[in-house]
Amino acid sequence: MSAPAPAPSAPRASSAGRRLALAIPYVWLLLFFLLPFLIVLKISLSEGTLGAPPYLPLLGRDADGAWRLTLSFAGWSHLLDDDLYRDALIGSLRIAAVSTVLCLLLGYPMAYGIARARGTRRTILLMLVVLPFWTSFLIRVYAWTGILRTNGVLNALLLWLGLIDRPLAILNTDVAVYIGIVYSYLPFMILPLYAALERLDDTLLEAAADLGCRPWQAFLRVTLPLSLPGVIAGSMLVFIPAVGEFVIPELLGGPDTLMIGKVLWTEFAANNDWPLAAALAAALLVVLVLPILLFQHVRRREEGA
Amino acid sequence: MRAGAEPWRDPDAVPYVRIEGVTKRFGGFVAVDDLSLEIHRGELFALLGGSGSGKTTLLRLLAGFEAPDRGRILIDGQDMTGVPPHARPVNMMFQSYALFPHMTVAKNVAFGLVQDGVPRAVRDERVAEVLDLVQMREFAARRPDQLSGGQKQRVALARSLVKRPKLLLLDEPLGALDKRLRERTQFELMAIQDRLGITFVMVTHDQEEAMTMADRLAIMNRGRVAQIGTPAEVYEYPNDRFCAEFVGDVNLFEAQVTEAGADRTRLACEAAGCAIEVEQGAPAPVGAWCWVAVRPEKMAIAKVPPPDDGAPVNRAAGIVRDVRYTGDLYVYRVELDAGATVRVTAPNLTRRTDMPVAWDDRVWITWSPLGGAVLTR
Repeated sequence: MSAPAPAPSAPRASSAGRRLALAIPYVWLLLFFLLPFLIVLKISLSEGTLGAPPYLPLLGRDADGAWRLTLSFAGWSHLLDDDLYRDALIGSLRIAAVSTVLCLLLGYPMAYGIARARGTRRTILLMLVVLPFWTSFLIRVYAWTGILRTNGVLNALLLWLGLIDRPLAILNTDVAVYIGIVYSYLPFMILPLYAALERLDDTLLEAAADLGCRPWQAFLRVTLPLSLPGVIAGSMLVFIPAVGEFVIPELLGGPDTLMIGKVLWTEFAANNDWPLAAALAAALLVVLVLPILLFQHVRRREEGA
Repeated sequence: MRAGAEPWRDPDAVPYVRIEGVTKRFGGFVAVDDLSLEIHRGELFALLGGSGSGKTTLLRLLAGFEAPDRGRILIDGQDMTGVPPHARPVNMMFQSYALFPHMTVAKNVAFGLVQDGVPRAVRDERVAEVLDLVQMREFAARRPDQLSGGQKQRVALARSLVKRPKLLLLDEPLGALDKRLRERTQFELMAIQDRLGITFVMVTHDQEEAMTMADRLAIMNRGRVAQIGTPAEVYEYPNDRFCAEFVGDVNLFEAQVTEAGADRTRLACEAAGCAIEVEQGAPAPVGAWCWVAVRPEKMAIAKVPPPDDGAPVNRAAGIVRDVRYTGDLYVYRVELDAGATVRVTAPNLTRRTDMPVAWDDRVWITWSPLGGAVLTR
């Protein structure tokens, strides 16, 4: 062949670039997720001690200089022995699940309304959803203590309206935690729902009406199933962080509010039991990763069908 | 509709669909303007018009997606005023097909039957039947995104037929298909319509499609019906210049009536450089300005002058400025000595690769008094 072979360097460079671009998220996950998780796992298997850090190394030298691996399952066994941790986990899952359902019930109509709105109205409504993020999360949650406390804004308003004759005790109860979580995480529900609903083609609803659906039937048979990916994404974005939520139960919850984030914090900071706390953190991760894997599995099967 | 059945000619026939003085405005824009129309049972009726002519709005008024501001629509004697789309005995095939992406072909087609609570066994049978009709049965388990444009079109048709509507509305049914597929589908659609006897109302901007498929068609312009009739009536007897130009190609000459007979009109035309005679009763008195419309295929082109029989009538000389060869036809653009430019077509009758008439040839154009039409508008 007399024609010069095409230079292979260009496609190879671009494919190397592509591989690098694809590698970045994996490197990120490796560095900031897998590595810390391994450290946590390591701590959970170490023996506790008094000192800084409050645990002994897994691998150490004996007095006679030989390498020795010391594994301790005290943290993990403590986790199973004491009902506190199981109850805290169940409490967290319950509060997170209820909050997720509340967010969905509140967020769906809001997302639907925004997706139906046109032009500047839609932009303004979307801005309003994102607006709270301009203030610190901590300050926003703290502000709720002022609203919810016995002599707070809400009780003053209800008393003034004559709806109640005695102030309600809302602050430092589970109700306050629900309010706090729903308030804080609602945007994470609305935005993916909005993204799913906004893509919905209006002619599909007309087609449903043409084939005999009343508006609510068209909603159930067309809108809802087509927005399901948004429902799932929004629910995961609310549920997963809500399970591990610490600030909201700490500031708004009461002594009865049993959530795993608070327990975790107590074990780390107050009790200084790092192996137990690390075991708890690892267990929580497993509980949270399972639904994600399940979701991915279902989605992949659906795409294959 | 069977050949020979022309219920619109029968004064006693009861129309199936009556549109009575319907007006629809969007803000300041009048989409449909005091429009009345009658469509008969089993007819394949086409609404033909450009964008903004109101044809799609009229279709949506029939489906119930829009409510008329004035006037009313009756289907099979029933007043449709206030009847929502889901309660109308009408189904629509959407231009975008509007197939539900989360459902298989079979579920899409069954959608309307499920909604009506048709028992499962009957439902399955009717879905299979209608999928057979559009030759899509083997694709029943596919999802819409796994189908080609032509396949989606068939599914959309099946879905709109399965409920056996009194009236089927088709919004640019073949618009998304390529030319060859469109031609094949046109005939299939006509065959299906003929077999089921359902009344079809079709919206299209494609005059060829309307001509080929429709029993009758209405040319729409600015929310009104410009002309209504069979394809041949509309083509051969256009009401006005708009209709003449909208359907097919036409040469228009501005001319002044010189003799106004009962069945023959003679006009003087400066741009053609000859007198024009038309076998048609004069629509205007002597001295009035009119237009004469002559279709390109009604004109003959020749390189030799026709025998001279006195003053030139329906005869003009010119020079060929452009020749288009389409295989079956030659299309000539001829600049007449008197100034007008005309379009003339000639069928390609014999096999030859040279041009019978070529660029810059001097030619003579003639046409019969039966070939032209006098228009006052």
